[in-house]
Amino acid sequence: MINELGHFSLILAFFVAIFQMVVPLIGAQRRWTNWMACAEPAAIAQFLLTGLAFCALTWAFVVSDFSLRLVTLNSHSAKPLIYKVTGTWGNHEGSMLLWVLIVTLFGAMVAFFGTNLPPTLKSRVLAVQATIGVAFFAFIIFTSNPFLRLIVPPMDGQDLNPLLQDPGLAIHPPFLYLGYVGLSMSFSFAVAALMEGRVDAAWARWVRPWTLAAWIFLTIGIGLGSWWAYYELGWGGFWFWDPVENASFMPWLLAAALLHSAMVVEKREALKSWTILLAILAFGFSLVGTFIVRSGLLTSVHAFASDPERGMFILVILVFFVGGALTLFAFRVGAMEAKGVFSVISRESALVANNVLLATSCFVIFIGTIWPIIAEMFFDRKLTVGPPFFDLAFTPFMVMLGVLMPVGAMISWKRAKLRNIWQSLKYFLLLALAITALVWALQTQRSVIAPLGAFIGAWICMGAFVDIFSRTGRSPNWGRLLRLPRADWGKAIAHFGLGVVFFSICGLVSWQQEDIRIAQVGESFDVAGFTLKLEDVQNIRGPNYTSTTGIISLKKDGRFISELQPEKRYYPVARVPTTEAAIDYRFFRDVYVVIGDRQVGGGWVIRTYIKPFANWMWTGCILMAIGGLFSLSDRRYRVAAGVRRGSVGLLAK
Amino acid sequence: MKNARLILKTVGLFCAQISIMLVVLSLAWAVQPDEVLDDPILEERARELSKGLRCLVCRNESIDESNADLARDLRLLVRERLIAGETNDEVLDFVVDRYGEYVLLKPEFTGSNWLLYAAGPLIFLISLALGTRYVRARQSAVPDQEIALSEEENARLNVILKK
Repeated sequence: MINELGHFSLILAFFVAIFQMVVPLIGAQRRWTNWMACAEPAAIAQFLLTGLAFCALTWAFVVSDFSLRLVTLNSHSAKPLIYKVTGTWGNHEGSMLLWVLIVTLFGAMVAFFGTNLPPTLKSRVLAVQATIGVAFFAFIIFTSNPFLRLIVPPMDGQDLNPLLQDPGLAIHPPFLYLGYVGLSMSFSFAVAALMEGRVDAAWARWVRPWTLAAWIFLTIGIGLGSWWAYYELGWGGFWFWDPVENASFMPWLLAAALLHSAMVVEKREALKSWTILLAILAFGFSLVGTFIVRSGLLTSVHAFASDPERGMFILVILVFFVGGALTLFAFRVGAMEAKGVFSVISRESALVANNVLLATSCFVIFIGTIWPIIAEMFFDRKLTVGPPFFDLAFTPFMVMLGVLMPVGAMISWKRAKLRNIWQSLKYFLLLALAITALVWALQTQRSVIAPLGAFIGAWICMGAFVDIFSRTGRSPNWGRLLRLPRADWGKAIAHFGLGVVFFSICGLVSWQQEDIRIAQVGESFDVAGFTLKLEDVQNIRGPNYTSTTGIISLKKDGRFISELQPEKRYYPVARVPTTEAAIDYRFFRDVYVVIGDRQVGGGWVIRTYIKPFANWMWTGCILMAIGGLFSLSDRRYRVAAGVRRGSVGLLAK
Repeated sequence: MKNARLILKTVGLFCAQISIMLVVLSLAWAVQPDEVLDDPILEERARELSKGLRCLVCRNESIDESNADLARDLRLLVRERLIAGETNDEVLDFVVDRYGEYVLLKPEFTGSNWLLYAAGPLIFLISLALGTRYVRARQSAVPDQEIALSEEENARLNVILKK
């Protein structure tokens, strides 16, 4: 009964979306206020109906209703409750439902917060957003309906992929989807602005918070995914340049570019057409990401539902939205001329450079990701493009970005003098170079990457400090520091976070140490100054798995640090083994231990990795997200978003 | 049409590979202690080579990371050739002869692949040129519209102010 209710409200939401796609658009064209006014209640109704459908599906997972085909295929009654809930989106159909739920959520948020948007722009934005909704509702209902029943329900389900039964992975898709789909908002604003034929500072101010929110979610989602890969895949890799990872990284880069270019539109009324193009492309790449994951055209660790028919459907959606938007763009590009005048040495130019670098690096990833397909189709070569290529092709642009960042962040708008920047940054440049030299001298390996990372990391982080302190005027005034706009703080924190990420990636890849050996129970061995002792190996039964758990004590200089329990699990229902690494997280390094097979001659394979600065990477990601939040809460967006103090107060009464 | 068929064929092939992988997947985990060579320099070279070779039955993993038996065979093969005194390039040539260029994670710089390698720098130069042109145009542009509102804008202002 609940399932049918969910199914029904999903179909109803589809019809509401069709209504919302057509009526407000005509209303905006003909200036009929009552037709335009339909958009708001429709958006909210659409969200509530989709939310109801999603709740119904979650309920089916929670109570293990095996009469639903989806639940049978992806759940099991013995699974812990949290994974029953998260299992709702741990499969193709459910994740698409989550996707479309977020599309409608963003629509509802525009309806709710966007009270001071001009009515025509608002109804067009909501109509475009509804069009995206219609496409994905149709996709779900016609190709991947989660509410299909089985005629004969089985006794128990086939379980969720054990790799997905993990807290990190359980919460990472919602964040990624919030990011991907958040970009649909920027897209809708861009298309609506093209229809209006107006792009101005006010438009940039409206679109930027949505882009910022999407970027924050993407940052958290990617960070979580990377952290999951680090502790779950069993050897501490954190980034694989896997097609699916690339699919999330490309929109992230473009969203970052869009954030910066929207600033130029907002402050200086320049870069308008480019900003619109970026907004279209950013969402386009989100769709490309979905296409890549769902179609199975590119194999990847993440591809959980590859099906050519679905892939074709998403390809059609992709071509329709990106192609349509670009056609509209081509017709209207002439209407958007720049107004601001600025010199070559200026913040505007620095932001253009930022966009050139971010867009190029995104393009490099794109070409590397699809090259295997191009090579096979046009050149009849079957080949692989893997991490060594991406490291080589992508890194130089990031290095350039890192070197330019502190300068670009401080340079003034319109017309600047390089001498002023040089005055405030020269000592810090020297300090960064000194740190680099120190790192070069201290390290035992002859790696170039680590000193380079140290340089860029130190340079960016100190640049962020100088940037924020330079706002206080000549005499340091702490009160003024606190009263700075939150956007300034956000910028400094996010840039600082990126510096930390740069440094930790370079430090981690060049200084990590590894030890592989067979250890007998009771045997102790040394790795990079640490003493590990395999105390015991036990067989343990979990709720839906069996585990071989090693108990290892970790000591340094005879002092006990911690007890580590690496596991090797086996999930009998899915017949899949997984590794659960044991990690001793510390500020400067992680000790990462994995247990392997029992050997014929007795003893167990133990792998130990010392991973310096691993934590800094996730910390850097969190800092970037916090920086984004600071920026998002800046006063001018609160005003622009039209948060109605008065009316909220009235409601509260 | 031919391309569509090719896509389907590719998809089919990949699906087949995934199912093979599920069968092949065993309980061996990446580099095993018995594979490690006694000579640390040789071992380091072996690891470096392994990181550039793809596990043929996995999804986008190098043989250094992979748990599949086939990856283990390939790791052992690399080490065998190294012990026999071959250079890194010779080992790679041997592996590519046997398994095709599909096995290389970093595509060879040959034939049509120059496009792949040149694409990044090329786009960078083009976008840099476009960016520079744009910035120069803005520098010499005349700030005209800052003086007065246009007629259309005046009309809009009146609407906003509800005159």
